[in-house]
Amino acid sequence: MAHGKTAKSSGKTFLEEVRHMLGGETLASCYQCGTCASSCPVARVSERFNPREVIRQSLLGEKEEILFGDALWLCCSCYNCQERCPQKVEIADVFYALRNLAIREGKMPNIYSEFSAGLMSEGKIVPMSKFLEKKRADYGLPPLKPANMDTLRKILSATGFDKLKKKEEPQ
Amino acid sequence: MTRYALFLGCTIPARQPHYEVSARKSLAKLGIDLVDLEGMTCCAPPPLQSIDLETSLSMAAYNISLAEEADLDIVTLCTGCFESLAIANNLLRENAKLKERVNKILSNAGKEFRGNKEVRHYLQVLMKDVGIDHLKKNVTRKLGNLKVATFYGCHSLRPSALLKFDDPERPKLFDNLVEALGAKSIWYRNKLKCCGGLLRGYADDIALAIARDKIAMATKAGADCLSTLCPFCFLTLDLGQFLMKSTYHEEYNLPILHYTELLSLSLGIDPKELALDFHKIRVDKVLSKIS
Repeated sequence: MAHGKTAKSSGKTFLEEVRHMLGGETLASCYQCGTCASSCPVARVSERFNPREVIRQSLLGEKEEILFGDALWLCCSCYNCQERCPQKVEIADVFYALRNLAIREGKMPNIYSEFSAGLMSEGKIVPMSKFLEKKRADYGLPPLKPANMDTLRKILSATGFDKLKKKEEPQ
Repeated sequence: MTRYALFLGCTIPARQPHYEVSARKSLAKLGIDLVDLEGMTCCAPPPLQSIDLETSLSMAAYNISLAEEADLDIVTLCTGCFESLAIANNLLRENAKLKERVNKILSNAGKEFRGNKEVRHYLQVLMKDVGIDHLKKNVTRKLGNLKVATFYGCHSLRPSALLKFDDPERPKLFDNLVEALGAKSIWYRNKLKCCGGLLRGYADDIALAIARDKIAMATKAGADCLSTLCPFCFLTLDLGQFLMKSTYHEEYNLPILHYTELLSLSLGIDPKELALDFHKIRVDKVLSKIS
């Protein structure tokens, strides 16, 4: 799944490619009413983001603009738009599908690289503080049970997650 | 005693002992037995869903399979964990093809998702297993004068079709549980809007602008405190007020309390046992109002 072919190599249009992704299935139902934009807490405070615009670009196949742009990473995953969409477009999930595609193309914002590294080293995306781990007993908390890394690594290898990373910039 | 597998997640043990302490103490007092299972990983919340949805679903299914093996339903304290696990549980139950796909991945690790256990947010457990009447009978310190701005966060409510938590536009569950403690749940503008927390680390300025709106609206409505259900919302709104001071020169000093902290106080648990030092915004105003 994580090594899906890109639109160029498989001859699919970008819209078809997104629709075949987990989360991207409902994209084509959008009729651009803008309910998403008017429900969006990010669009209210920033001109850098408008969900309707990202969906429009996806429908038009503007692949490069979306996958290598900034807007894709500005959805705060609040699901307000998805809850209210009259066409039942699963907008927040479409954003995940688009991000998944961008990451396969090697575009991974630094914060996501950090989450990924945390997951692969301790099975948690927020690293455990050694200080707090020691203090647990003082607060009457039981010892923490570690994640089963052996099992997790097998899952991450089966999906190809362990191979996903940011492409180095050319020198 | 009602037993649940506790899904603790990453953020609570790493950053917020006050949440964990108050949750364990209050739920135990109400007859909920929490079991810590071996080997659970991250739930795979939105940041990981953004990297790869198939992996995230598989990780959630793996964690649920551990509870299935232990023959226990899951309770979560973190709303993010609730969302990841409840979505996976309900989606995979409804979609046999997807379930087969995920189970093929899990078979590499000798695991299988069956879909025969429930994933519950602890507020649902309080409603279902404890009940409002029993809860009220256990309140020894009524939070009588306290005006509480409840904040559901996003991922308890939405996507509602898969989470089945409450009405996504007019929820009542949290407000009813606050009022059961004798406090007053107040309305404030944009109550159901996001805290902005998930943009922290990518667009801190936007995240803070969204958080500021929440704090400003709750303050304007006369809240004595704002109550959260999620460690991420807590962090964004509590620590966030320090950032609002340096960025906007605005000082709100609005105490942020997890619901389990209000619950613990109302059940008569000594504030000294609740690790309240972990709050960036002092909660003394709240304590003096209820003692």
